[in-house]
Amino acid sequence: MSLNAYITEDEIEGSEDGPLAGKTVAVKDNISTAGVRTTCGSKMLEEYVPPYDATVVERLKEAGATIPGKTNMDEFGMGTTTETSYFGATKNPVDEDYVPGGSSGGSAAAVAAGDADLALGTDTGGSIRCPAAFCGVVGIKPTYGLVSRYGLVAYANSLEQIGPIAPTVEDAAALLDVVAGPDENDGTTREEGADTDFANAADGDVDGLTIGVPTELVEGAEDAVVETFDATIDDLREQGATIEEVSLPSAEYAVAAYYVIAMSEASSNLARFDGVRYGNSGGYEGNWNESFSDARSEGFGDEVKRRILLGTYALSAGYHDKYYKQAQEARAWVKQDFDEAFEDVDVLASPTMPILPPELGESLDDPLKMYLADANTTPVNLANLPAISVPAGEADGLPIGLQLVGPAFGEETIINAAAAVEN
Amino acid sequence: MSDSVDADEVEHVADLARVDLDNEERARFADQFGDILEHFEALEEVPEVEAEPDLVNVMRSDEVEQSLSQEEALRNADDSEDGRFKGPKVS
Repeated sequence: MSLNAYITEDEIEGSEDGPLAGKTVAVKDNISTAGVRTTCGSKMLEEYVPPYDATVVERLKEAGATIPGKTNMDEFGMGTTTETSYFGATKNPVDEDYVPGGSSGGSAAAVAAGDADLALGTDTGGSIRCPAAFCGVVGIKPTYGLVSRYGLVAYANSLEQIGPIAPTVEDAAALLDVVAGPDENDGTTREEGADTDFANAADGDVDGLTIGVPTELVEGAEDAVVETFDATIDDLREQGATIEEVSLPSAEYAVAAYYVIAMSEASSNLARFDGVRYGNSGGYEGNWNESFSDARSEGFGDEVKRRILLGTYALSAGYHDKYYKQAQEARAWVKQDFDEAFEDVDVLASPTMPILPPELGESLDDPLKMYLADANTTPVNLANLPAISVPAGEADGLPIGLQLVGPAFGEETIINAAAAVEN
Repeated sequence: MSDSVDADEVEHVADLARVDLDNEERARFADQFGDILEHFEALEEVPEVEAEPDLVNVMRSDEVEQSLSQEEALRNADDSEDGRFKGPKVS
């Protein structure tokens, strides 16, 4: 049976030479590919064919990569399981009764199953790290501004980054080297991304490295996850790392802050889908407000509607200060907490996900429960920091990921430490 | 002090967001929004933080560059007329 990892399997050839020559790199279907439809996992964009390539796609082609297709995802990146896709759920190749995580579930499943050598995903609140953890592969969420978002269909611009998913830390780092770097088409990109050599940082030498473990990000996790996490931390200690407990008191507010900000940005970003310039129009007649409402209702699935409505609510008169303004305060607090932690430690370690992969069909009825599964990943996006998820072991035959978070533009440090987890 | 939401409030927000909902969706969303907003209310406990945002304006020179052709720009539109997008009636 197919995993349903791809929405579109149209091969895009890259140039003949380059660091990725001979490699296949699957691309998440919210990243624009000229001439190849880009659906965002939504009926709204079922037939949308971008007239231009995203910057990262141009860079893949220049580096010699072949793109085997566009991968399945939660609709517009809104989900933690890839079950909100209009094109149906993706199965976890490790055990097909389970979800692959999300929202970049197709990308992680394709890499884990060997259907693609590498893949690109996007991470707004954990959408690269979660599926990497659930599928037993490596995923990197870069520092905000390291990778261009030009050509990425926006969900929550202030939080999201494109990043690599790969079987090993070194492969993920090498793919990040290809896509990182400033881009005049994305004013938020930074010079720090130019001429990186992350692949060479994957040494796994943690002798003398100080690893902080935020208690708040371990306490809430399932026992099986904590056991595997603790065993991996012990192993890093044996390899010469110093382990310190640290505290991030702001972390308990991260999920709420993340969802308020992401939903608010989504309600604004997704206002563009009215079916006139692109997307599902439904061909409705009558008053334009009603035709747009009908077209949008038909084009968007439940989770997207939920987030647009809650974002509209959080930004509306009378509620803005209570939700949006407080979420921005929490975001500043989370950043401050991380800054203070990095005064004493080099990297922070936690379980990537507090839970094992849920079974298919288990999560959709209770959206809040699904949001809370993002407890360990969302603080990183709020603070614009880099993080990597690396396989740490298994429980009940299901993969468990360990997350390492670094200071801004500290990709080399987390890549080095993650390679030690592989040892 | 919880902002419980009823179906009318969901309908008001859906109206603002231009998303048409049926009765079943209104009722279900009202239920779920109650739980979710209750969780968001914890943000009221967040202290004020003094932070310097490290933001700078990024400008580029305003020069004419090559862009999409009219044909490319219209390719994904459901309807067009005389090289323009065609939308539903405004009145």
